[in-house]
Amino acid sequence: MPLLEVTDLRTYFHTRRGVYRAVDGVSFSLEKGETLGLVGESGSGKSVTCYSLLGLIPSPPGRIESGRARFDGTDLLHCSPAELRAIRGRRISMIFQDPMTSLNPYLRVSEQLIEPLLIHEKIAKADALARGLAMLEAVGINDAAARIHGYPHEFSGGMRQRVMIAMALITRPELLIADEPTTALDVTVQAQILELIRRLQREMGMAVIFVTHDLGVVSGLCDRVQVMYAGRIVETADTRTLFKAPRHPYSRALQCSIPSLQPKGRELYTIPGLPPDLSKPPAGCAFAPRCDQVAEGCQQRDPRLQAVGASQATACLRVQAGEL
Amino acid sequence: MPETILQLQDVRTHFAVESGFLLRRQTGTVKAVDGVTLAIGAGEVVGLVGESGCGKSTLARTIMQLVPTTGGAVVLEGRNLTTGTTAEVKAVRRDLQMVFQDPFASLNPRMTVFATLAEPLLVHRVVPAAQARARVGQLLERVGLSARYMDKYPHEFSGGQRQRIAIARALALEPKLIIADEPVSALDVSIQAQILNLLSQLCREMNLALLFIAHDLSVVKHISDRVAVMYLGRIVELGPAVEVIERPRHPYTRALVSAIPIPDPDRERSRQRVVLPGDPPSPLNPPAGCAFHPRCPHAQDRCRAGVPPLTPVDATHEAACVRWQEIG
Repeated sequence: MPLLEVTDLRTYFHTRRGVYRAVDGVSFSLEKGETLGLVGESGSGKSVTCYSLLGLIPSPPGRIESGRARFDGTDLLHCSPAELRAIRGRRISMIFQDPMTSLNPYLRVSEQLIEPLLIHEKIAKADALARGLAMLEAVGINDAAARIHGYPHEFSGGMRQRVMIAMALITRPELLIADEPTTALDVTVQAQILELIRRLQREMGMAVIFVTHDLGVVSGLCDRVQVMYAGRIVETADTRTLFKAPRHPYSRALQCSIPSLQPKGRELYTIPGLPPDLSKPPAGCAFAPRCDQVAEGCQQRDPRLQAVGASQATACLRVQAGEL
Repeated sequence: MPETILQLQDVRTHFAVESGFLLRRQTGTVKAVDGVTLAIGAGEVVGLVGESGCGKSTLARTIMQLVPTTGGAVVLEGRNLTTGTTAEVKAVRRDLQMVFQDPFASLNPRMTVFATLAEPLLVHRVVPAAQARARVGQLLERVGLSARYMDKYPHEFSGGQRQRIAIARALALEPKLIIADEPVSALDVSIQAQILNLLSQLCREMNLALLFIAHDLSVVKHISDRVAVMYLGRIVELGPAVEVIERPRHPYTRALVSAIPIPDPDRERSRQRVVLPGDPPSPLNPPAGCAFHPRCPHAQDRCRAGVPPLTPVDATHEAACVRWQEIG
């Protein structure tokens, strides 16, 4: 049985300007210990998917219209707030993008770090502090014993992100959701943090959902990748297949726009146009207006995600018809 | 070598750090830029890379004369901007324009696109007011936008379109050099590719020199002719883009290159990585000798002795490391 099974998740935002279908029918599952990459451009619904799972969608205007998310027998979308609280922060943790604003500047690092332990476990404060200290050392903060009582402003960006990771992992969760955890960091620090996530995952055997727009980060870290566009999953495959043989025209276009893969001096491939307005999604395939392989029928029929190989599924009518 | 447009000669920009409430006194100096020498030729694209806090943005602001220089010379087309009068600097600034990182913050939300783009034209009396609309229309088309957008406000545009408007504004006075400070890091990959293509095309067609500042080495390699790597206020490596990124000599450049994730699972998982320990040191209290030595895997005693100067590796490539030959 998978650790997490999401079926037909739909999260819409009801605003004065209309209904934005941020996530529009997303289904996926995740095994124990697996690392899943969730890739897409801004506005594709990757963060909203994660926030929906943890009940972090501001409501109103957000509303989960349909779907189930079974985590070890509990439906995260329909369980009671108390049940969700018992899972969130203990069995499922989250790391947010911006380490500068995700820590409370008024509280000492020690207090924030051990808060999940004090809430979720019957533990004496001194023991919690000892575990907090061990965790800070595990994420590579030098001189942790002296720094644990400092305030967030005394830490650099990379160190704050380490504190966030320590905080997320202190309860030894089974699932870690990391929402662009390295986007705000320098490449050298990013390399340290990715290395750290890989090592801790090996040691603790947890599953990870890694949200990013950087295909390079995905290639080294993830077992499987899902590409999102306009609130839907358009392609999913194991990492090697997605990089070696992407099938969906959007995944291919994304790959072609990465500068490092292109010979120098050649024009970069660009996707014409802009992502659709999610309050008025186009009929048929949402990518059709920008797609270089568009054919008749693409703008009438809604493509569904269908298996096109052993470990690959694509939501493209032409791929499914064997034309691409 | 084409004609030199911009010559930086040992440029230094230091900031005083003061403390105390009633009796404020200087307690330290941040050497944000500390002895940068660099020449940019007409039509040349030079990439400037480094981690946050290495002084790359301060260097850009120094060239633009947005912050006072502590020492050295910024020479644009033979005129030294650091010693010029305000009027002289203002006149030369026409040839020197800037594109900023965040297109959401760098355009005035209360000005229409026309007002934004016409302002430099009217201030510098490039065209009479009656012809401004026609000229703004041409500028918009030059950056791939329709002239119909002229009367819209910035909020009606996407990030990529706003960055195009910012580029059009920089082009309005037909400058010789544009400084672009992280112009694509706020954009998605597909949009980023559009802006990179536009910048390369403009440089080629208008013989425009570009100082392209970024932290993403793959982007820099793609667009630049030459690359300068900065660490703690100094250039530690300088050379042709492909050379510097594919055969880096300075240990810092090597670490930077090895930290870029490769979008190819087989190569990414099989390669040797140099993971640097720690963070860059504080520029308030830089380490003695080579500023990189506390994080350098090849550091020796002599690295602590003195600041290594940029020394030639070959005819076009320089590195500031005393051990570059030994570490191969």
